[in-house]
Amino acid sequence: MSALIDLEREYSRLKDDPEFRTQLGFYLREFVGRPTPLYYAANLTRKANGAKIYIKREDLAHGGAHKINNTIGQALLAKKMDKERIIAETGAGQHGVASAIACAALGLKCEVYMGSEDVERQKLNVFRMDLLGTKVHPVRSGSKTLKDAINESFRDWVANVESTYYLLGSVVGPHPYPTIVRDFQSVIGREIKEQILRLEGRLPDAVVACVGGGSNSIGAFYPFINDEQVALIGVEAGGLGLETGKHAATLCAGEEGVFHGMLTYVLQDADGQVQPTHSISAGLDYPGVGPEHAYLKATKRATYTSVTDQQALDAFMELSKAEGIIPALESAHAVHYAMTLASGMAKDQIVVINLSGRGDKDVNVVAEKLGVKI
Amino acid sequence: MTAISKTFNQLEKRKEAALIAYLTVGDPQLKYTPRLAAALIEGGADIIELGIPFSDPIADGPTIQAAVARSLRGGARPMDALDVARKIRERYNSTPVVLMTYLNPIFRVGLEKFLSQSKSAGISGIIVPDLPVEESADYKKQCSAAGVDSIFLASPSTNPQRLKRILDQTSGYLYLISLYGVTGVRTNVSDDAVNMVRRYSSMIGGSVPLGVGFGISKAAHVKRIVEAGADGVIVGSAFVKVIEANARNLTRAASKLKGLAQELKKPTTKLSR
Repeated sequence: MSALIDLEREYSRLKDDPEFRTQLGFYLREFVGRPTPLYYAANLTRKANGAKIYIKREDLAHGGAHKINNTIGQALLAKKMDKERIIAETGAGQHGVASAIACAALGLKCEVYMGSEDVERQKLNVFRMDLLGTKVHPVRSGSKTLKDAINESFRDWVANVESTYYLLGSVVGPHPYPTIVRDFQSVIGREIKEQILRLEGRLPDAVVACVGGGSNSIGAFYPFINDEQVALIGVEAGGLGLETGKHAATLCAGEEGVFHGMLTYVLQDADGQVQPTHSISAGLDYPGVGPEHAYLKATKRATYTSVTDQQALDAFMELSKAEGIIPALESAHAVHYAMTLASGMAKDQIVVINLSGRGDKDVNVVAEKLGVKI
Repeated sequence: MTAISKTFNQLEKRKEAALIAYLTVGDPQLKYTPRLAAALIEGGADIIELGIPFSDPIADGPTIQAAVARSLRGGARPMDALDVARKIRERYNSTPVVLMTYLNPIFRVGLEKFLSQSKSAGISGIIVPDLPVEESADYKKQCSAAGVDSIFLASPSTNPQRLKRILDQTSGYLYLISLYGVTGVRTNVSDDAVNMVRRYSSMIGGSVPLGVGFGISKAAHVKRIVEAGADGVIVGSAFVKVIEANARNLTRAASKLKGLAQELKKPTTKLSR
């Protein structure tokens, strides 16, 4: 707890510090490649035959996903706090890779906890981390996936709190993490706003993003929260269908609980035991969700829905062929819902999809689903 | 006066520190837990801590994680801990039973209901490692109303201002974490730990008994921690390891638990104080 109090104090001291802002701005521009484009998807728009569809290209950020916005920010914070060792958890490996990239760039030592099942499923990302000089620790406890990697990161952190900074990858966990990660990811929504005003002279009617822990979606939503005319829609992993119980749709099907230091929606049984989740996309495979999303659901400022594995897979194929963009399977959930939404809207309306990452990491999973050997 | 205070008072008269023994409820099966707890009490344990199995035991090291996994596999459920407590209290009515649980199982049942059922099962105190004192105002109020001690944890990184808040909310005993890290057996008790116990002991000045846990598994550890000023030593993983090693022969597990409890109880005598 003391470490969290220290972190909160240091973060609130640094977040508006001009030197910190300048450094962060430099890395986001010159290293991450921001701003990322807001691309008018003309072909997808034609297919949906409704609202204009714009795609926020977080897949073009360095490393291939939005994760780097947060890791660069927190790694800079860690450096300012004189921590020489960084630990991070990862599910699919995207946050692990983004942490490894940020740490290599800033000269920090990085170790990543990853469920042993995920290590098996995501060998490519494990090797990428290795190339970037990061040590990966397989976690064999519990369900051997993301939530257990987070458990193990907390265990490491309490044991090494003086030397170590825990670089959490989503808007989850105890305060101040959900706030810190949201702030660093809000660059996405700020850019969307500026870009759409430039391109269309008005705000969009809807912003659609996938929700696992909820970092890319909160990043896209947050700058629009006071713009009530903009619908904010989070798309969760419906897995094999909510009725099967094999999904990761925490906001749609979970109940209030306390997990990983937050009061939020949790997929749990009658006793409060946290349940295993299922999704075709490892990045959405988490039984909790950021508490700010729980709040946005409760206040009805945002709405949450779910898309199945199969629907996400269909959208994955569709976007690849229609626009020449292979999306991450996570982001494909948002694409599917946005297509349906847009087709029911008027032609002068605007939908923005936050495309949180690129799909190169998923080609093996997709090939397997299609019965193709590569 | 609560059962826990009574126990510490009596021990104080005998110049002894408490041996506080932890078990995970339902490890390896629910039906054995009362018998294993009895063995600990027969061996000299003064207070029993019953761990409620939870899917994500974030403060626990590998030994207790494995115990929790065995327990959940065996079908144990959180509220089973209350039946176990009732059975222990029927046989040993002066031995306090304390629950150690993560917050979600309580939250799921509802705090008020959880506390009233705990009280009627004879639970004397509750430890919630993932409930920070900053969020505990309502919890503390309801514990007091139910007559259940609220035992909070302090750690090496707790600063004096925060310790004061923790002490304000704590009754029964303060649970001092002796090291940076999670539960589990360690080879040695470090000088840092000994110094910290000294410091805490003088800081809290007897306002509440000082229980010290995490990493204590041997008689030599107990001796050092008690000499440094602890009023109680909390031992968990060392007992759990005995159960793990004898999971197929619970009679042997019970006799070994009793033996280890005897061994760890001996050096709780406060000779030098």
